[in-house]
Amino acid sequence: MSTAVAEGKTWGGGNQPLKVSYGKMMMWFFIVSDALTFSGFLAAYGFSRFKFIDAWPIADEVFTHFPFLHGVDAPMYYVAFMTFVLIISSVTMVLAVDAGHHMNKGKVTIYMFLTIIFGLIFVGSQAWEWNTFIKGDYGAIQTKGGNILQFGHYVDKNGEQVFKRVAVRDFAVAAKHQDRTQHVSKNGLWFVDEGTLPTFTMDEVIHGLQANKDVLVRTQIINEEGEKTVLSREESMNQVMKNGRLYVEGANLHVNEYGSPLFADFFFFITGFHGFHVFSGVVLNIIIFFNVVLGTYERRGSYEMVEKVGLYWHFVDLVWVFVFTFFYLV
Amino acid sequence: MAHEHKLEIFRGLWKFKSNTQKIWGVLIFLSVVTTIEVALGIIKPEWSMAKVLGMKLLNWIFIILTIVKAYYITWDFMHMRDETKGLRRMVVWTAIFLILYLTFILLQEGGYVFEVYDNGFIKRDF
Repeated sequence: MSTAVAEGKTWGGGNQPLKVSYGKMMMWFFIVSDALTFSGFLAAYGFSRFKFIDAWPIADEVFTHFPFLHGVDAPMYYVAFMTFVLIISSVTMVLAVDAGHHMNKGKVTIYMFLTIIFGLIFVGSQAWEWNTFIKGDYGAIQTKGGNILQFGHYVDKNGEQVFKRVAVRDFAVAAKHQDRTQHVSKNGLWFVDEGTLPTFTMDEVIHGLQANKDVLVRTQIINEEGEKTVLSREESMNQVMKNGRLYVEGANLHVNEYGSPLFADFFFFITGFHGFHVFSGVVLNIIIFFNVVLGTYERRGSYEMVEKVGLYWHFVDLVWVFVFTFFYLV
Repeated sequence: MAHEHKLEIFRGLWKFKSNTQKIWGVLIFLSVVTTIEVALGIIKPEWSMAKVLGMKLLNWIFIILTIVKAYYITWDFMHMRDETKGLRRMVVWTAIFLILYLTFILLQEGGYVFEVYDNGFIKRDF
């Protein structure tokens, strides 16, 4: 074979060295770039966590709720459930791809449908998780330095003294007289707006603390046993009276009753970005589902579109595996 | 349409008759790993609190199990096992290299900033 012929064979076009179609390869490259975006977020989370390594919230104590089980301490069970839902949706997706290889329209339809349903269950669960997180649990006091003081007391559990959280609303003395009313633009300056005022004023919390002698303050600082430090009664009163500035309940982008506001910021940003991916995945799946039902791919003679959207869907599952580890487990 | 699937996982230790069976096998494996993770996270055994290379052993276990799960999702659900070596390396090596690089830099810097605060050069805790 002459060089010219060999060159024509190699560079003359029509070669597929990766033995993969253009669309699938581009989906892989998109996944690489998207994986780097998520890594950027998770690495930034790691940065902030390492920066406040001795004061970061403990995830088990933040995510303790399970739907319909009120007051039951169920750390992580719900996220574990969400992880299972997403893995199972991944399985139905790969089964749809497999059925597509066998040109089995009926099976592709069923499995695509199941994938969409599981995807919706996951997005719904995430919405519930957000709602619980935003609404908050026990409430806390923010100091002038932005630190969080939580409350609790020691209770006897099987002969052992265990620290148990107490909600601020359970001990704060609600005075009838509020310090001031909320400023609404229609009553005051029309161009100035104000968010909701805290449920309790500092005075009410302090009076409540004075009336309940067993309530102690728990700071953000993690001690050697890996638990948050509980202050003595005098120190507790001292901290609240001297440094306490604001009653906070729940979490948003500014305040966070569970600890560092950065924790809430990253929670909203990373799980939100992932949830948005799941949502887009569900939309793509629905489009492909209707194409399957209408027989588009049957006529085309190939179910490769199912495969491409499947790659994206698995990637979303893959990202969740990492979010689950770095947000909830580690 | 010829779609060749490699039907064995764990380096040939577990062989499957069909692709569908392999999918269910991988699902069982992933579920077992997730259950172990959640169980360890709730129990937090005493032995896993030992520090290894500056991090709790438990956290190392979580990270390793996560990478194991990621491997099986990519290799079997995304069919990376069946792609050519070229594509596999393009996707996996690029991502892994860049992610390790970024993680190293940011975690190193985060640890440094913590030390600066911890040694009292800048006061934050008031």
